[in-house]
Amino acid sequence: MSTGVKHFIAFAALAIILIALPKVFVSGSAHTMMSLMGIMIIFALSYNILLGQTGLLSFGHAVYYGLAGFCVAHAMNYIAREKIGVPLPFIPLIGAFAGLFFGALFGLISTRRAGTVFSMISLGIGELVASSALILRSFFGGEEGIPTNRTKFPPFFGYKFGPQIEVYYLIAFWCFVCIALMYALTRTPFGRMCNAVRDNPERAEFVGYSTQRVRFIAFVFSAIFAGVAGALATINFELMNSQSLGAGQSGLVLLMTYVGGVGHFIGPIIGGVIITFLQISLSDITKAWMLYFGLMFILVVMFSPGGVAGWLALHQPLLKGGRIFRLIPAYALALVPMAMLAAGLIMTIELAHRMLVDAQSDGSVMKLAGWTVDAAKAQPWMLAIGLLVCGALGLKLAWPKVREAFAAQSAEVAQ
Amino acid sequence: MTPALSLQDVRKNFGPTEIIRGLTLDVMPRERHAIIGPNGAGKSTTFHLISGRIKPSSGSIRLNGAEITGMAPYEINRRGLSRSFQVTNIFPRLSVFENVRCGVLWSLGYRYSFWRFVDKLRDANEKAHAIVEEIGLGARRHAPAGILTYAEQRALEIGVTIAGGADVVMLDEPTAGMSKAETEQAVALIRKISEGRTLVMVEHDMSVVFGLADRISVLVYGQIIASDTPQAIRQNKAVREAYLGEEAH
Repeated sequence: MSTGVKHFIAFAALAIILIALPKVFVSGSAHTMMSLMGIMIIFALSYNILLGQTGLLSFGHAVYYGLAGFCVAHAMNYIAREKIGVPLPFIPLIGAFAGLFFGALFGLISTRRAGTVFSMISLGIGELVASSALILRSFFGGEEGIPTNRTKFPPFFGYKFGPQIEVYYLIAFWCFVCIALMYALTRTPFGRMCNAVRDNPERAEFVGYSTQRVRFIAFVFSAIFAGVAGALATINFELMNSQSLGAGQSGLVLLMTYVGGVGHFIGPIIGGVIITFLQISLSDITKAWMLYFGLMFILVVMFSPGGVAGWLALHQPLLKGGRIFRLIPAYALALVPMAMLAAGLIMTIELAHRMLVDAQSDGSVMKLAGWTVDAAKAQPWMLAIGLLVCGALGLKLAWPKVREAFAAQSAEVAQ
Repeated sequence: MTPALSLQDVRKNFGPTEIIRGLTLDVMPRERHAIIGPNGAGKSTTFHLISGRIKPSSGSIRLNGAEITGMAPYEINRRGLSRSFQVTNIFPRLSVFENVRCGVLWSLGYRYSFWRFVDKLRDANEKAHAIVEEIGLGARRHAPAGILTYAEQRALEIGVTIAGGADVVMLDEPTAGMSKAETEQAVALIRKISEGRTLVMVEHDMSVVFGLADRISVLVYGQIIASDTPQAIRQNKAVREAYLGEEAH
């Protein structure tokens, strides 16, 4: 199969998935979640233009998402007030232009250097913009942010974009367009030179390229797509507030991209889906959800630096060789101690959270996965520690078996 | 005839220490020119000064008659000078083919273009393909450069260096660390790729130097003490004392 055909099939499949998903998951909350996933996919992919493609670690990427979001909120209010006949689906282009503007402006400063200096400047710009957001109230709307209304636009082929499902399709359309464009970008001469600058900036200079220029263009592109994501967020929530351009949001996009995997184009897409799902569902279940995010990030960095996509890619040769199923026994064996470890960890965190945060107001008796436990008693703690110790010991025994099985099957495939 | 490369009284000091002390050197077009000298004489520094990696403290460097002193590496490269490195310096996560293609892109005018697909650029792909074959890595073209053997990486290093079609090519110890057989292959490759080009190389292996070079310059303590044909250099008294004499011990 030629690469052209492969790409066509992949993008056709993507389009079908995007169209069919709301028909499979029909609830309103599912549509809300999938809308957010679409936005985060664009945002994370835009971040990976920097991190994965060009090797630039930014701590302030939310600046371009947020600033574009605010510009779009004001533009939407202006367009609605002045009755300018721009339909809603074109509004993300305003976000793209805002991203372009701010990306070029701040990029001029921050892309002069790579490495640590770049990271520090991105952090500085992030703090600068986030703190000015609380001072310049007329533009950023203070604590409340800038509200807007997406239904005040002329209908687009009869759609008013009031219902969430219509907004989902608007986001899905832009998500498809942005994925296609960002993928195409990786396959251009410029995209390849981004990789070259990432791998070896010095050599890139000696084959005729200004690494500073390559970084700058990559930075502007990533800001443009972050701007589209920010615009879609404004449309989706009908609100933009200063949290969206702060360090928390910048950290979140780093987390999504890294957990998904920076080494593969599909990584940030996986990361955007997983993290958004966890963010929404975990925050319903536990107040300590941020802690779990932190733990997950550490675990990925330590044990699977390629992220989910890297882990999947590791198994691809086995899948092709038809030997992936031979791994199931070893993986099942490792899953038991892993589950114990996870259960022990969750129990410890929840008990500790109860005792440290909520015990004063609500007492030490709590519900944990349906059971009523008293966090002030010794038994639940003993159980948690027992699970942790047994899980850790079990994993230590099981892990060599996993490695062995993987090596054995890989060797079989290689022959 | 204008020299392809001309250095006039170039000096470089790091703090109070002067490493390059008034270096003057002319390399004629189409000449294979070797720079030899004992360790610490400033050979690599000279390469860095010419290619723009470090800037001279004073003096003038001209490429085909045009001043290039103090320019950035990419500007010097665009004017037709390309260099390799003593320590292999390639793009480790890109494939062999893509390494060479990165070297080709600028010279064919593709610059920073993001509106066309790199796989569809017939001229760039054909040229990269031809170079990969020329350096003998055809069978390895899809392998990531980082997993190649040392000798293969050295060959790729040369491939990336010549990919942009520079007319002045500088090779920094191209055969360092190679076995005898590998060295012979490398010499054959260098002979081939320097056909019709100006070649400047730093090399420690005297059999390589005397086998390849049309002219040899001897660098001692940051100065050129002699610059002549291999025959004349072999018989030069000052050179024998300063440098070649050491080899005889």
